Amino acid sequence: MPEMTYSEALNLALREEMRRDPAVFVMGEDVAVWGDRGGVFGVTRGLAEEFGPERVRDTPINEESIVGVAVGAALTGMRPVVEIMYSDFLTLTMEPLVNQAAKLRYMFGGQARVPLVVRTNLGASGGKAAQHSQSLETWMMHVPGLKVAMPSTPADARALLRTAIRDDNPVVFFEHKLLYFQRGEVPEQEESLEFGRAAVRREGRHATVVAAQAMLSKVLEVARRLASEGIDLEVIDPRTLVPFDIETVVESVRKTNRLLICHEATERGGWAAEIAMQVGELAFDHLDAPVARVCGANVPVPYSTPLEAAVVPGEAAIEQGLRALLAGARWGPAEIG
Amino acid sequence: MLRRMVLIRAFDSLLPDLYTRELIRGSSHAAIGQEAVAVGACAALAPDDYITSTHRGHGHTIAKGGDVNRMMAELMGREDGYCRGKGGSMHIADFSIGMLGANGIVGGGFGIAAGAALSAQMRGSGQVALCFFGDGAINQSSFHGVANLAGIWKLPLILLCEDNRFAMSGRAELMIAGGDPVKRAQAYGFPGVSVDGMDVLAVKAAVAEAHERALAGDGPTLVVAACYRFQGHFSGDTQTYRTKEEMAPWLERDPIPAFRSSLLAEGWLREAEADAMEEEVATAIAAALEFAQASPWPEAQEAWEDVDA
Repeated sequence: MPEMTYSEALNLALREEMRRDPAVFVMGEDVAVWGDRGGVFGVTRGLAEEFGPERVRDTPINEESIVGVAVGAALTGMRPVVEIMYSDFLTLTMEPLVNQAAKLRYMFGGQARVPLVVRTNLGASGGKAAQHSQSLETWMMHVPGLKVAMPSTPADARALLRTAIRDDNPVVFFEHKLLYFQRGEVPEQEESLEFGRAAVRREGRHATVVAAQAMLSKVLEVARRLASEGIDLEVIDPRTLVPFDIETVVESVRKTNRLLICHEATERGGWAAEIAMQVGELAFDHLDAPVARVCGANVPVPYSTPLEAAVVPGEAAIEQGLRALLAGARWGPAEIG
Repeated sequence: MLRRMVLIRAFDSLLPDLYTRELIRGSSHAAIGQEAVAVGACAALAPDDYITSTHRGHGHTIAKGGDVNRMMAELMGREDGYCRGKGGSMHIADFSIGMLGANGIVGGGFGIAAGAALSAQMRGSGQVALCFFGDGAINQSSFHGVANLAGIWKLPLILLCEDNRFAMSGRAELMIAGGDPVKRAQAYGFPGVSVDGMDVLAVKAAVAEAHERALAGDGPTLVVAACYRFQGHFSGDTQTYRTKEEMAPWLERDPIPAFRSSLLAEGWLREAEADAMEEEVATAIAAALEFAQASPWPEAQEAWEDVDA
C-alpha cells in the first residue's frame, strides 16, 4: 500500500472525484495559486493545473458569500467543495450554512438537494491562538440537516471525503492541522467509507476510549504505555459525528463497562456530553463507573507555548483521567496539564 | 401580465381574513402595491431561468407561474402545499419553474441566486438568475459579498431591489448611506438601473435589458424598482411610522388600475374582457381556498422526513 500524507490523501480524493464527475468543483480562499500551487495546507495543490480556473476557484475573502454561492450552485446541479481556511471562519458562514444549506431541503418539502462539502480544519497547533485554533465540530453537530465528518488517518481522509462529495446533503468536513503532514498507508484502490461507521483502533477489555484526530494519537500513545502495566484499552475513532455510530461504542462498553471520551473542543456542551448521554440511555446497566471525559478547557486557546499546552488535553491528562476511571473514582471536571 | 397582477392582489388580500379565521398561522407578508415589480421582472425571464424570493414572496411565485392551489395549501399547512406543510408562507418554493424559494432571512437569497447563476455559467446552460430583495436587504453584508463575486466573475445575475421605502419601520432614506441604493452598483463595476416599480412595462423593459447583458456574458445588473408597500409589514402592523398623507400619492399610483387603464386606452383589452378576467381570478382564488381546506393535514411523523436526502 502506498504511503502518503493526510493532505496528499485529501488531494487525491478531490482529484479522483473531479475526474469522475464534472459537476464537482473547488472554491475557496487561496486554493488555486497560493504557495506550491494551491491551499494553505496544500490540500488543493496542483488541482488548478489539471482542472483549470473554472473548477478550482480562488475567491475573495468573504466566507459568507463562498458558502452562500456554493449553496445556490449545489441546488442547481453542481457539487461544490468549498474550503474555509480555518474552522474559526465558519462563524462567518453561519447564515448560509445553518439557515440555508441545512434547512432548504426540509423547508421546501423535499424538493431540494444540497450536495455541498465545506472543508475546514480545527485544532490548536503552533501558537495560532484564539481565532485560528478552535474546534467547532459540536456546533455543527447541533444543527439538523448537516453531516459532520472528522477523519483521523490519511486513508480515512481520502475515503470519507469521497463519500462526502457523493452525499446529496451538506457535509461539514473537519480536518486537523496537526494531521496534514502525517503519513499513513492509503489503499491503491479507491475506497468508499460509509458515514456512521466508527473504527476500533485498538481492542481491549478494561475501558473504552472514544477519541478522534490529534486526541486519538495521544490516546493510543497512552494506551501503549498502560498496556505495559497490563491495562488493556479499547480505542474507538468515530470518524463521523453525524451520523454517529453509537452501536459500536455501546457494544464496546458492554464489554469494558467503562467509558472515557476525549476531545479537543471545549468541554462545556461538547460532543462528549452527547455521547455520554446516549450511552447512559442505552447501556446504563453496563457501566461500572460514571462516564468520564477529558476535553479542552473552557477558555479560548491562548498563544504562548505553556499556555496552549495547558488548555489542550495532553497525554498526562488523558492518563490521569483513565486511571481515575479505572479506579472507579467519580471523575470531576478535567484538570488539564 | 395584468391577470397575474390581479391574481397576486387577490391572493394577498385574503391574508387578514385567513388569520382572523385561524386558517393560517406564523408570518405572512402581503406585497399589495408591489405587483408590477414581480410580474414585470418575471415577464422578462425565460421559463427555465431562476428566481429567489423574499419573506414577502407570494407575488414572485405567482409571477413565475406558481400554482395558487398549492400555495394556499402551504399557507394552511396542508399535505398538498408546495412544501407539504413544512415551510409556510416564507418558504414556498417550486423548483419545477425555477423558483428557488422564498426566504425568511433578509438577504438570504443573494448567495442562492448568485450560486444558481454560477452553476448556469459553469454548465453553459444559458440560464439567468434573478434575485428579488428589498431596500432593507441591500444593507446586509451578504449583498456586498455576492455583488463583489458576481462582478469579478461576470455572473448571469440580476439583482432586483424592490425599494418599497420601508424595512419594517426603517425608512430607506434613514437606513441607506449614500442616498440612492442604485449607486452601489458602480462600486462593483456593473450597471445600476432605476426604474418606476409601479409601471409593469418599465420593469419588464429594464429586466429584459439586464437579461440580455447576462446572456451576453457581460455580468450582473442591479435594478432598483421604486415601489410602495400599501399595507403594513404584516397583518398586525399598526403602521405608526408613516402617515396617511404620505401614503396618498402612492396609493393613487396603484399599478393595477394604471396598467388596466392603459391597456384599455391603447386597445389591447376591452372592458368586458378585463371584467371577465377579474371574475375568472376570483373563481381561481375561491377554488384555491377550497383546494387548500380540502387538503389533508400532514401526518405527525412527516416532521422527521426530508431532513436528509
